[in-house]
Amino acid sequence: MAATRVVVDPITRIEGHLRIEAQSENGKISNAWASSTQFRGIETIMQGRDPRDAWAFVQRICGVCTVVHAVASCRAVEDALDIRIPPNANTIRNLVHGMQYIQDHVIHFYHLHALDWVDVVSALQADPAGTSRLAASLSPWPNNSATWFREVQERVKKFVGSGQLGIFTNGYWGHPAYKLPPEANLMAVAHYLEALDWQRDVIRLHTVFGGKNPHPNFLVGGMACAINLEDTGTINAERLTDVSDMIRRAARFVEQVYYPDLLAIASFYKDWAAIGGGTRNYLACGEFPEGGDIREVDRLYFPRGIILDNNLSRVHPYDPMKVKEYITSSWYEYPEGDASGLHPWEGETRPKYTGPPTPWSYLQDEKKYTWMKAPRYDGMAMQVGPLSRALVAYASGHEDMRAAVGEVLGKLGVGPAALFSTLGRTAARGIETVLLARRMTAWYDDLITRIKSGDTRTFSGDAWKPESWKPTSQGYGFLDAPRGALGHWVQIQNGKISRYQCVVPSTWNCSPRDGQGVPGPYEAALMDNHPLLNPEQPIEILRTIHSFDPCMSCGVHVLDAEGNLVTQVKVQ
Amino acid sequence: MLHPTSHPWTGGQSLADHLEETGVSRREFVGFCSSFAAILGLGSTGAAQIAAALQTQKRPTVIWIQLQECTGCVESVIRTAEPTIGDLVLDLVSLDYSHTLMAASGQAAEKALADSMKANAGAYLLVVTGSVPLAENGIYTTIGGRTAKEILEESSRGAAAIIAVGACAHWGSVQAARPNPTGAVGVRDVIRDKPVINIAGCPPIADVVTATVVHFLTFGRLPAMDAEGRPRFAYGARIHDQCPKRANFDAGQFVEAFDDEAARKGWCLYKVGCKGPATFSPCPIFQWNTRTSWPIGAGHPCIGCTEPQFWDTMSPFYERMPDVGGFGIERNIDLLGAALAVGALGGVAAHAAMTGVHQMRQKKVARELPVLPDQPKGPAGGEG
Repeated sequence: MAATRVVVDPITRIEGHLRIEAQSENGKISNAWASSTQFRGIETIMQGRDPRDAWAFVQRICGVCTVVHAVASCRAVEDALDIRIPPNANTIRNLVHGMQYIQDHVIHFYHLHALDWVDVVSALQADPAGTSRLAASLSPWPNNSATWFREVQERVKKFVGSGQLGIFTNGYWGHPAYKLPPEANLMAVAHYLEALDWQRDVIRLHTVFGGKNPHPNFLVGGMACAINLEDTGTINAERLTDVSDMIRRAARFVEQVYYPDLLAIASFYKDWAAIGGGTRNYLACGEFPEGGDIREVDRLYFPRGIILDNNLSRVHPYDPMKVKEYITSSWYEYPEGDASGLHPWEGETRPKYTGPPTPWSYLQDEKKYTWMKAPRYDGMAMQVGPLSRALVAYASGHEDMRAAVGEVLGKLGVGPAALFSTLGRTAARGIETVLLARRMTAWYDDLITRIKSGDTRTFSGDAWKPESWKPTSQGYGFLDAPRGALGHWVQIQNGKISRYQCVVPSTWNCSPRDGQGVPGPYEAALMDNHPLLNPEQPIEILRTIHSFDPCMSCGVHVLDAEGNLVTQVKVQ
Repeated sequence: MLHPTSHPWTGGQSLADHLEETGVSRREFVGFCSSFAAILGLGSTGAAQIAAALQTQKRPTVIWIQLQECTGCVESVIRTAEPTIGDLVLDLVSLDYSHTLMAASGQAAEKALADSMKANAGAYLLVVTGSVPLAENGIYTTIGGRTAKEILEESSRGAAAIIAVGACAHWGSVQAARPNPTGAVGVRDVIRDKPVINIAGCPPIADVVTATVVHFLTFGRLPAMDAEGRPRFAYGARIHDQCPKRANFDAGQFVEAFDDEAARKGWCLYKVGCKGPATFSPCPIFQWNTRTSWPIGAGHPCIGCTEPQFWDTMSPFYERMPDVGGFGIERNIDLLGAALAVGALGGVAAHAAMTGVHQMRQKKVARELPVLPDQPKGPAGGEG
């Protein structure tokens, strides 16, 4: 039987614009291509700007990952200008970034990923009393009564009965890949709605410290929110109490709703622990500096490192100089030709579209098929994200991670090899959310202890004025974002940005084939023992792609459209 | 606070009837409508109109297309409190197309869009986030193999009105900052034969978006706009004139450096670059995220994100606005604010500009704005 061509475009319930093409034979995917179809050119726009403004521009790379580019940018500029931020600012950034993780992962699970596993229409058949018993057996969450689940069911029933299905129109309801009993479906639907209210509340932590969300404010040198317990317009006891309450409510939802739901749903889909592994290398750059300064890379809560070939007995060191980007399959050109790879310090990107005129039917016959470049570490494709962090921490002997991973594997009755899969990526996201929800309290306590001791500093202004800067400097800012390892590279000349480059989590994961023909992680995962029952209803593709939590706007960027760099600084 | 939290209603039953059936009294329903009317500045007659409009028997169709963007505007709307996003999607409208939230992908998603546009032709509300890249025949953003421009043009055809949410849909935002490599423009630069309203901001405050939707559903038309196409109920006043730190400004109490003694007293951020004097925005009034705080309230200067071209006109962000010092300071920045408001008009007729300024003057906010010279461009010579 000849292969069937499959196109899924748009992939919905992600950030940005992603197209997946595949070929399927006998219910399995035999080949796959991931194509990013949006390009904005933000790095070009950075040139000639004030480096202290950079965080705000690059923050707009993504409004879902609204913290990560801003902080990575501040770190890069602070590295270039040799700025050490006060410990309070470091802790506040950890709290803000920690809440970003927690909120983002919960939204991903319920609002972006759940409908791949949860059949909303089936929830109408549930016995609310049965759902109540199920929920109570899993968790002490107060909204576990049959009355509550009946109310939710009535709501959905009337919604469906209205004939206006809105966001649920044309969903793959009734597909045989859905395995949950109606009672579990109803529980998940109820929590889908509760999570919508929860996320709006807990994200206000960003508003306290950064003035708004999305796109809270940051500051090179620290944070702009001054601490003064005796004033109405500053971070005072009232604001801090609000923060502490949000941390408590965030942790409670994660431990009593998200984590139990994740385990309950996963237990019905254990076959997905043998599907969608793909790329066998994992990179984590590490995150959450607990030593007060990002330069202390051995004091990161999530450690950095590399796992190669699914081998958990050894963690290799991460060296940012081994990162190169390739464009063999991407709509760009390099002066040295398509075979060459460039490190971000010397990276260059000239968009050159060579695809067919719109509207397209297929891109899979094209040599170049995406706006995404192909980053490689020491020549190898790498997965990044929650699973990479979990594996690196687990293999490094990280106590909290070993306990949390062990608990999940034990409850599901599977071994560590189950982690290398679609289900593994989804489980790892939940595991790290639990760890962070607990860790937030420790960071908050650190902040309070320091304020008690009289240290309220939030900003270091020593190198604020451009007159104090060297004529040329360059900095590297790393950050392990919810979706994975992120790097910003900035070069500054005469007070202005001369070059700006980002290598982003979704660029790693959504990368196309490189010059050796090695596919990127999305593509490799779709080709790893991957079912596709009905190409008209590609729910299996959505499961695996969503397990990566794609963020396409993050992934595509360009340094320099015309090659008109202000300066070329080569670093060896 | 009160909103109709649960229970969508079905055909043949009005929302108010349905809510009553599920335990929400008529009085509470009217209270909900009043809170909307308050946001929209409509008073008690407005509340009655909203109540009447929400007692329809079919949820109005909303189609939301996402073009060249960062999804921050979608995230912002998801944080809406009055109504909540759950209430909006399940009770108040029929959101038939939304990349971020919809269950279906690929062909099934595109079919949902096509079917809804056909079934609701001429009646649906089109929400747009993201800009339209025009360079290289639009190749810099495609969905389903078609360009953002094609998709916008097609979905606009049957729309009753268009709500352009956020700075990208308004004028292009960050990707349109110099040198605008992809030729990004806003909705109004592409669609000229439909009413378009700009909910300005990067991103805008969620409640402004939902209030505009409710306004349209209630009155069958978009709310009154300023010359920039922004709803006046939200963008009718400068930050500087509504700012709680205005007293510090008037008294000459300024933050000179971040985290200095003045910053720890919560004084005015003008000297560390605040663009509040040139920015028309609801931030100080509505505030952010269920009125938790707002940028200036958390110690950071305003970057002017509700104004067109702000990435170029308002940066460097930490540089104080020009022409400062001693006596006359307020007059100068007032002039600049008014000039930006007018200068941003681009091709819009001078008449409209003067009408806008006239309305601003009539509003008599905390301080009277200066009278502008009688010419199309303000003294600052446009947006540049």
